[in-house]
Amino acid sequence: MNPRILAATVGRVLRQLRHDRRTVALLVVVPALLLTLLYYMYGDQPATGGQPALFDRVALIMLGVFPFVIMFLVTSIAMLRERTSGTLERLLTTPLGRLDLLFGYGIAFGLAAAVQATVASAVAYWLFDLSTAGSPALVIAIAVLDALLGVALGLLCSAFARTEFQAVQFMPVVVIPQLLLCGLFVARDEMAGWLEAVSNVLPLSYAVSALTEVGAYPEPTTTLWRDLTVVAGAVVAALVLAAATLRRRSG
Amino acid sequence: MDPVVEVTDLVVDHGRRRVLHGISCTVGSGSGSVTGLLGPSGSGKSTLMRAVVGVQTVRSGQVRVFGQPAGAPQLRRTVGYLTQAPSVYADLTVRENARYFAALYGLPAADADRAVADVGLAAAAGQLVADLSGGQRSRASLACALVGRPELVVLDEPTVGQDPVLRAELWARFHALAAAGTTLLVSSHVMDEAGRCDRLLLIRDGRLVADDTPAAVRAAAGTDDLDEAFLRLIRDRQPTEPSRGADR
Repeated sequence: MNPRILAATVGRVLRQLRHDRRTVALLVVVPALLLTLLYYMYGDQPATGGQPALFDRVALIMLGVFPFVIMFLVTSIAMLRERTSGTLERLLTTPLGRLDLLFGYGIAFGLAAAVQATVASAVAYWLFDLSTAGSPALVIAIAVLDALLGVALGLLCSAFARTEFQAVQFMPVVVIPQLLLCGLFVARDEMAGWLEAVSNVLPLSYAVSALTEVGAYPEPTTTLWRDLTVVAGAVVAALVLAAATLRRRSG
Repeated sequence: MDPVVEVTDLVVDHGRRRVLHGISCTVGSGSGSVTGLLGPSGSGKSTLMRAVVGVQTVRSGQVRVFGQPAGAPQLRRTVGYLTQAPSVYADLTVRENARYFAALYGLPAADADRAVADVGLAAAAGQLVADLSGGQRSRASLACALVGRPELVVLDEPTVGQDPVLRAELWARFHALAAAGTTLLVSSHVMDEAGRCDRLLLIRDGRLVADDTPAAVRAAAGTDDLDEAFLRLIRDRQPTEPSRGADR
């Protein structure tokens, strides 16, 4: 990797985003609107016997899920456009390295996700009185890590998509199973054994577990650190695989 | 001097279809020249160019550029490539595109702005590429190919969609680059552009039909009209395999 080329690439991706004001608005506003929806869905369901109020539980998880899903979609489309427009082929004839490109996307969308997560968390904590035992800063940090997971998986999946239709179909294939099995709908230890086993190898399960830990404990726990390590490892693994599937030569 | 590009027995397949049937040729001598790669649409021009810049999977044979295998990391600073379809970011301005590609070569913004002016887009530099006409878009793409001041420039149909005045200007620019020592490989399917080249490679159905100066091609075919010369050369050499391929 070359720091100058990496910085230029981050700047270029952010500039593309800046020219697309509607996308920026959607990125910032949509999670907050969805939280509003959750607030009115669950708002009158109080905390019961040691369990956090339903809104607190679901909203906290969603603060991590929204950036994951949104950044997965945005990245797979962005990378697919890079392929179909021929810019990727041209970039590969320049001094730019494959990791410069992939990390460029990761950092640029990670920054966008940081803004998104901050706005969403501010809305959740101040407007809707979300309460967590742990620090909101940690929640934002986990949300950004989840966004990076979405970016990395999006970059990887876009290698297998030739058209926009295919790219969008990777969302139900890659994202929704993780969402169903992450412990939001059924606690992971109450699932059938084989489902739990599947859940155990899906990175989003650990992202959700990390958020739940922040919700329950004032200080970072060992489980939290393990979860974050797993998610970060999944991000790096997906980026390396994405680099391996990015071939300079094609047919 | 050694040739800039040396292609030896290059065979390329697209799936089961053979696109290039063992092409051997050289381009440039290192002292600056314009080589035209001419041939009908689907003859394998783009595929040959992609092989020269090192993004084409090849079946056999080799392509060496400045003595290195095509696509070698050392070559990425010395080879500029213009893809056939304009490959610039539609959601950036012309200036932002050129500055990004300049930055990849470690060049300052001023160089990018000069490259934009050189292709006649100074007035449109602040416009989004998406808002440009087709001809402007391909010139924006050209600016990005030339911004790194490459020693070998591979241009795939750079003048398509340009009006005659701009076309003349672009060719003047190519000759200026050649005069300054740059080797250019320019593809076209318009024969009137062939006369502007120092040397011609005529290709048909993935085979080299002629590799000579425009004057020699005219003489060999016995006509002054390059269009007619090309037709005669093709008729003289009936290809053994009449399959026609798509572009690239």
